Amino acid sequence: MHALLRDLLPGPVITDGAWGTQLQAQGLAAGECPDGWNLTQPARVETVARAYVEAGSQVILTNTFGANRLRLAAHGLGNQAAGINRAGAQISRRAAGSRARVFASIGPTGKMLALGETNEAELREVFAEQANALAAEGVDALLLETFSDLGEIRPALAAAKATGLPVVVSLVFDSGPARDRTMMGTTPEQAVAALVEAGADALGANCGRGIEGYIPICRRLRAATDRPLWIKPNAGLPEVVDGRAVYRTSPEQFAARVPDLIAAGATFVGGCCGSSPAFIAAMIRRLASGGRK
Amino acid sequence: MHDFSKLQEAVLAGNSAAAVAAARQALSEGADPLDLVLHGISPAMAEVGRLFEAGDYFVPELLISARATKEVFVLIRPLLAKQGAQPTGRVVLGTVQGDLHDIGKNLVAALLEGGGFEVIDLGVSVSPEKFIAAVADKKAQIVGLSALLTTTLPAMKTTLDAFRSAGLRDRVKVMIGGAPVTQSFADTIGADGYGENAASAVQLARRLVGV
Repeated sequence: MHALLRDLLPGPVITDGAWGTQLQAQGLAAGECPDGWNLTQPARVETVARAYVEAGSQVILTNTFGANRLRLAAHGLGNQAAGINRAGAQISRRAAGSRARVFASIGPTGKMLALGETNEAELREVFAEQANALAAEGVDALLLETFSDLGEIRPALAAAKATGLPVVVSLVFDSGPARDRTMMGTTPEQAVAALVEAGADALGANCGRGIEGYIPICRRLRAATDRPLWIKPNAGLPEVVDGRAVYRTSPEQFAARVPDLIAAGATFVGGCCGSSPAFIAAMIRRLASGGRK
Repeated sequence: MHDFSKLQEAVLAGNSAAAVAAARQALSEGADPLDLVLHGISPAMAEVGRLFEAGDYFVPELLISARATKEVFVLIRPLLAKQGAQPTGRVVLGTVQGDLHDIGKNLVAALLEGGGFEVIDLGVSVSPEKFIAAVADKKAQIVGLSALLTTTLPAMKTTLDAFRSAGLRDRVKVMIGGAPVTQSFADTIGADGYGENAASAVQLARRLVGV
């Protein structure tokens, strides 16, 4: 076990919630590059990070989910990847101080290996650039999140591990009739086998279709490995009302299921799309009350 | 009618080389190229779509079957053209303005091509004006709008409204898809169809052009 992770165990450790919607509340326009704000609007990004620390998050992420060169290129920021990642790590570390750990977020490139849009060598290079920039700013761990394709994870994980930091890998399980596979068809058991083999220090699931569905997924991951598990479900599926997406799950409804998630084996628990600092605060209240319903 | 079962097996297995070989053999035995599309490839791709929806196939299987089909089309498209046969339909595709995600759209493009459609892919963050110009220019029967972000769903409505203002709404069928899109959203903005996934997009496109 990596010493940097061991300090946090056995958990449960409360992580953070969604960033995109919080940045929009700070004025990020639809279609604007969230990661670019690390350079242009650092104070607003820090407001989001601080809100999670204030709510009680023991681990916060960084605003660097899309800060790989391939994704940034779509915004004309491809050559600024290193600076955007360094700034993102600095902002979260400033907000966390000594009150929270910083796990740096690394998301997929959005390019499909199977369609020949990228290749393993390019991915290795792109993720090394991002991971090295984040590690240079002294983050506590690296988090590969919202991945679906083991083929893309392997070069990303190799690049992340080369920094010497602990690495968490989190997949989206939302496909198949039982919604228990990734888009590429990988089951929780197959994911554990591949990720443990590739050297992930912790692993888990995020995004998806809500906390309900991730409880059995968590149980299956736990049955397959004794590594720490990272679980950050969405606040349900969005409904479209008057052309706007609305997540119907309330912080209290979400928090009510958190004890079940922990009983299923989750070590790190937080929220993904549709969640907010209010969700984190509700989770902490629920756990402080001993998980009573 | 020629027996296309070998071709169909190859498409289902995603074996491009075997699919092309089976198509070549069928043609050399006198099979009609249009029959090969209508009774060979199309049913096979429909079966791929069914397997995907049933959860037996996932994205990788979809892609390799679509690729096998595409390779067969490279072989037979010139023959179809010589006969004066038209593509199943012409589709303009793009991710709506403000949204830079293209995996879903690219899957739909690969599958539509596999289904015999001609696809004009406009890429990501496409403005309503660009959609309109492409539909008019290419005389497309269908325009497909994709979005991954919940925040860019309103751009689907804006694009549809732009087609209405340009007086082109009646000349083109509009199909929409993407993670946050639902049938009720499609109904609300007045789209002609919604595909829950890439496989159903092909069936929907076929229905919209009436084949």
